[in-house]
Amino acid sequence: MSSTQDPHIDPAISQQLLRSRGADAGSVVGEDRLPGEPPEATPGALGAEIRVYVYGLLLAIALTVAAFWALHTPLIYGPGIMMAIVALAVAQMGIHLVYFLHLTTAPDNINNALALAFGVLMVGLIVFGSVWVMAHLNHNMMPTQQLLQMQP
Amino acid sequence: MSSPSSALRAGSDPYHLGHHNEWIGTEPEYTGARSGGPAPKRIVVGYGFWIFILSDVIMFSVLFASYAVLAGNRAGGLGPRDLFDLRDTAAETALLLLSSFMCGMASLAVAWRNQLWTQITLFITGLLGAGFLALEAREFTHLVSIGAGPTRSAFLSAFFTLVGCHGIHVTVGLLWLGTMMAQLLTKGFRENIRHRFLCFTLFWHALDIIWVGIFSLVYLIGTILP
Repeated sequence: MSSTQDPHIDPAISQQLLRSRGADAGSVVGEDRLPGEPPEATPGALGAEIRVYVYGLLLAIALTVAAFWALHTPLIYGPGIMMAIVALAVAQMGIHLVYFLHLTTAPDNINNALALAFGVLMVGLIVFGSVWVMAHLNHNMMPTQQLLQMQP
Repeated sequence: MSSPSSALRAGSDPYHLGHHNEWIGTEPEYTGARSGGPAPKRIVVGYGFWIFILSDVIMFSVLFASYAVLAGNRAGGLGPRDLFDLRDTAAETALLLLSSFMCGMASLAVAWRNQLWTQITLFITGLLGAGFLALEAREFTHLVSIGAGPTRSAFLSAFFTLVGCHGIHVTVGLLWLGTMMAQLLTKGFRENIRHRFLCFTLFWHALDIIWVGIFSLVYLIGTILP
């Protein structure tokens, strides 16, 4: 890396830029990596890599336990329990994406993140759109009994 | 073609207004996002399979939407609260989550080129996945045996379609897992085998993400519906 430094820039700063390029890419893991892609096998890094997966596992377990707990807790307002469970599910999906799939917005990964954003948009439109439209149809539908009486 | 850094020099700004300088000397690693030609194959492979995963997720979202719409239409039959045993759901969730975790461990073993650990972790991954499938099969046969099969009501049709589709995915994933174990063993850590393995880990983690949606929406929220 140091052999191709930019002569316009102070070597010390250039080195720092090169070193920080991964870390400032918005990644927890701090590396530009594809979803699910294993890291470079550098000696001594194995412990850190395993730790990332263990953190993900612990967070996922905590969110799962919280979802099962929210089902029967008196601490949450009854009709709000559904939203609490949905929020916990979305949070856990995010944990899986970050800690297990290593999704980041680093340069080689940005296309994956954008595709995911489009996928989330589609899923949102399909699920919430269907529920919304069908609930309104249900609400506005004439009861079957009245419908039968209207027949000549 | 001239060297990458001189090609970049022509387009860079001498006053460092942009961020070009950060990338000097690193073009080959970042070809997909910067100058310097097509992206490396592992990036293209991963992106293509990621697109497949997302289209699969969109397919699941349609089944989720059907379930959400039809969950109340029980044709006088039993509802989720009477049919689902949440202890089974918790056990299935634990098995699949641990399986996903072991799959991550396997990807580390592949990255460190350790054949023994690769085979051990993949075997545990498959064992946990098979345990998940066994629990799900037991639940399905129990439901059918008490007369709550997929033909009973719209709610049960949607339930069996959604959860069954996920179960089929896990079954296919197990077949793929066995294939990957054999290929890694006989062909070693060749580049194309590692690309296949990358796709498999993506698939397996994505199945766990979909299961998070299933246990939350179908089982947990299902049991609090009136």
